[in-house]
Amino acid sequence: MTRATSIGVGVGVYGISFGVLAVAAGLSAAQACAMSALMFTGASQFAFVGVIAAGGGVGAAFTPAVMLALRNGAYALSLNSILPRRLHRRAVAAQFVIDETTAMARAEDDPALARSAFLATAISVWVFWTSGTLLGALVGHGIGDPRSLGLDAMFPAAFLALLAPQLRRPGAPVGAIVGGVAAVVLVPFIPTGLPIIASIVGVIPAVVAARKVTA
Amino acid sequence: MSWTSLLALCAVSYALKAVGPLLAGGREIRGHARAALDLVAVPLLAALILVQSLSSGQHLAADARIPALGVAAILVWRRAPFLVVVLAAAATAAALRALG
Repeated sequence: MTRATSIGVGVGVYGISFGVLAVAAGLSAAQACAMSALMFTGASQFAFVGVIAAGGGVGAAFTPAVMLALRNGAYALSLNSILPRRLHRRAVAAQFVIDETTAMARAEDDPALARSAFLATAISVWVFWTSGTLLGALVGHGIGDPRSLGLDAMFPAAFLALLAPQLRRPGAPVGAIVGGVAAVVLVPFIPTGLPIIASIVGVIPAVVAARKVTA
Repeated sequence: MSWTSLLALCAVSYALKAVGPLLAGGREIRGHARAALDLVAVPLLAALILVQSLSSGQHLAADARIPALGVAAILVWRRAPFLVVVLAAAATAAALRALG
């Protein structure tokens, strides 16, 4: 329980930065909070408002957000055995399958403990994430020029903090390099937002490299 | 930002979470599909980092965001907390811009 709470506090701080950046990108405070409560998957939310803030259209922002949310589907399958049996409860629990709840549930070997870790983390993260977003959105409304405060530099820093732990996986470094370089090279040639989508080609060399390691 | 597209995005995100447990029963994804799913976030995050540090609209641009990213990289490497990383990047860019 204490671990779930401390994760929640960390997520709350992360939620504050999301709220600030969402209103700086032009969302209303209510929209920022709705995203956190309903979409409830941090990296996708940052990607979405990041592309909007950089001048990309909604369509261009949609795809990277959805691609980043794909992993929740894989998490949900891996948590299948500990999610509630009854259909309506299962449907509710699915909304709370994210990085943090998956990690906390997977850390427990006993199914009953895994279930309570999932529940405690879900409640804690949801409450802190949405309330952090609200706080950030309200504070963010009073902020003048986002650039003079360096808010545009917050997005890359946030994504770097999210990427770093994933780079230890086999194939991940080559995937990051290919995806990152491909996107930057394409910036002058295709509409804003699309280079991010194009970076998905980096998955191919990443999977190939990962296969070589595991083979 | 329209509410319609925002709620559509929320609906798609939920569908991704729910489709597996609701339809697949106890089966798990394996093989190439699993490897691709595990790695899909990596190139996207790398692209978001570089494009949002090095471009303005459709132009490549070098400004205060680059040293800010450098500061963030050092802090991430030193395992600083998330908020410290993000605030330090913002402070670096803001300070450099204030100095002109």
